Amino acid sequence: MMNLYSRRLLINRIGIGLSMLAMSFGLVALMWILWTLFSKGFAALSWDLFTQDTPAPGSEGGGLRNAIVGSGLILLFSMLISTPIGILAGIYLAEYGRISKFASFTRFMTDIMLSAPSIVIGLFVYALFVATMGGFSGWAGSLALALIAIPVVVRTTENMLKLVPTSLREAAFAVGAPRWQVSLKVTLRAVKSGVVTGVLLAMARITGETAPLLFTALNNQFFSTDMGEPMGNLPVVIFQFALSPYDNWINLAWGGALLIALLVLAVNIGVRVVFRNKDKR
Amino acid sequence: MSEPSASAGIDLHAQQVRKFHLQDKLFHHTTQVFAFVVLASLVGILVSLTIEAWPSLKEFGPAFFWTNVWSVPDDEYGALAAIYGTVVTSIIALLIAVPVSFGIALFLTETCPVWLRRPLGTAIELLAGIPSIVYGIWGLFIFAPLFAEYIQPSLQNWFGDVPIIGSWFSGPPIGVGILTAGIVLSLMVIPFIASVMRDVFETVPDVLRESAYAVGCTTWEVVRNIVLPYTRVGVIGGIMLGLGRALGETMAVTFVIGNANRINPGLFSPGTSIASTLANEFGEADPGLHIASLFTLGLVLFVLTFIVLAISRWLISRSMGSEGL
Repeated sequence: MMNLYSRRLLINRIGIGLSMLAMSFGLVALMWILWTLFSKGFAALSWDLFTQDTPAPGSEGGGLRNAIVGSGLILLFSMLISTPIGILAGIYLAEYGRISKFASFTRFMTDIMLSAPSIVIGLFVYALFVATMGGFSGWAGSLALALIAIPVVVRTTENMLKLVPTSLREAAFAVGAPRWQVSLKVTLRAVKSGVVTGVLLAMARITGETAPLLFTALNNQFFSTDMGEPMGNLPVVIFQFALSPYDNWINLAWGGALLIALLVLAVNIGVRVVFRNKDKR
Repeated sequence: MSEPSASAGIDLHAQQVRKFHLQDKLFHHTTQVFAFVVLASLVGILVSLTIEAWPSLKEFGPAFFWTNVWSVPDDEYGALAAIYGTVVTSIIALLIAVPVSFGIALFLTETCPVWLRRPLGTAIELLAGIPSIVYGIWGLFIFAPLFAEYIQPSLQNWFGDVPIIGSWFSGPPIGVGILTAGIVLSLMVIPFIASVMRDVFETVPDVLRESAYAVGCTTWEVVRNIVLPYTRVGVIGGIMLGLGRALGETMAVTFVIGNANRINPGLFSPGTSIASTLANEFGEADPGLHIASLFTLGLVLFVLTFIVLAISRWLISRSMGSEGL
C-alpha cells in the first residue's frame, strides 16, 4: 500500500505530465498544419501564379493573378471603410465610455460581434445590398469584410487609449485644450502605433475570411478591377479549387492558401515582435 | 483706456470658450454616431434576417426546427439535421478542446519556465491566426485520409461491439464526417479557450497560491483546490467562448463534414451543419421558400451564438473585473 505522500506526488506527476502532453498536442498541431502548408504551398509557387489568371475547367496551368488583385482591392476598400468608423467609435468608448450606459452596452455588443459567425454577416450584406442593389459585387464583399473588421479596430483602439496615463490628459486640459483636441492631438497621438497595430490585426483577421465573400463578392474567373461587378478573390478561389477534381486547380488552391497564411502570420508575428521591443525600452 | 480693452479680452476669451464648447459637443456626438453604427449593424442583422426568413417561418411554423426534411425538389424544409450536426460537432470539439486547453493554460501559468512562456503562448495564439480555410484544406487532404486509414478502423475494432458506444463508431470509415469535423473544430477553438483560461489563472493572487504551496500542496493540488475554484466563473466563460466559435465556424467544417443533409446515428457518417448548409446552398438557392429557409437557418445560428457569446462575455468580464479583449 502506497503511503499518502507518495500517492499525492504520483497524482501531481500525472497531472503535470498530462498538461505537458496537452501543450505538445497544441504545438504538434500547429507545426503539422504549417509544415503541410509550406511543403504543398511552396511547391505550387511560381511566376505563373502571379502573372496568369485562374484557368478554365480542364485547361492546363494558370495562376491566381485576378484573385490576388481582387482580394487586394476588396481588402483595401474594407479597411478604408472600417478604419475611420472603428477608431472614432473606439475614441467614444474610451473618452465618454466610463460614465455612459449606452457606451458600456455598445462595448458589450462589440465584444459579441468579435466572435459572431462571419457567414451570418455575409447573409446580412446579401439581404441589404446584393438583393436590393442588383447583384454580387466587389463593393458588397468589402462591406461584409468591413463589418467584421470594425469590432477589432474599436476594441484595440479603446484598449490602447485606456493605457494613456491620466496625468497626460490632465496636463492637456490644464493648459486649456478643449476635449476634442486632447483626444485627437494628445491621447490618440500617444498611442498611434497601438492603433495602427489594431488596424493591421483587423486586416489579418479578414484576409482569410471566406464565408462572407461567398454570396457578396462571389467570384470572377476573369481579371477585373471593377468593384461594381463580381470579383475574383483568393479565399473563394481556394474553396472552389480545393473541392475540384482537377490537379492543377488543387495545386493552385495550396499556393493561394500559402499566400494568405504567410500574410496573416507575418502580421501576427510582426506585431508581437514590435510590441515586445517597446515593452523592453 | 484699459477698461474697454480688458472687457474686449474677456469677450474674446468667452467667445473662444463658447467655440471650444461647441466643437466639443460636435466631437462628442460625431464619435457617438460612429459607436451607434456598430450597434445598429447588430440590430440590422437581426431585423433583416427575420424579414428574409419570414416566408419560411410562416409556411412551416415552429415545426421547422424539429422537422428532419431538406428537399429542394419538394420545396420542403426543416432544420433538424443542420441543428443536430452543428450541436454534435461543437460538443465533440469541446470534449477534446476543454481538457487540452486546461492543460495548456496550466502548463503556461504554473510549470513552464519563464523564458519559454512568451514563445509558447505566442505559438498557441498563432493557431488562432491561421485562416479557417487552411484548416479546411488541411483537414480534407491530410487529416481525413490518415484518419480513415489508421484511426477509424481501430476505433471500430475496439469499440464496435460495445453496446451504445459501438453505434457511435458505426458508419463507413471514409475520413470525412461528423467526428472529423468535430476534431478539426477542436483545434480551432483550443487557442481561444486556452488564452482565456491562462488570463484568468493569472488573476489568482500570488498570496493565495504561495500560502497553499507553503502548507505543502503539490502543483496539482494548488491548481485543483485554489486556482480552479477561484477562477471557476472565468473558466466557464472561456469554454462558452469556444462553444460560440465552434457553432458558427463555416469553412473548415464545410470541407470535412461530408455535406449530407440527414441525421445518421454514427459519428463517422457524413452530416451537415447550419453554417456548411449555408455555404453550400445559398449561392445557388432558388428564390422563394428555399432561400427563406436558408435565412431562417442563419437567424437560428445568429441567435444561438449571440446567446452563448453574451453569457461568455458576461462571465469573463465578471471574472476579470473589467472588460478585457
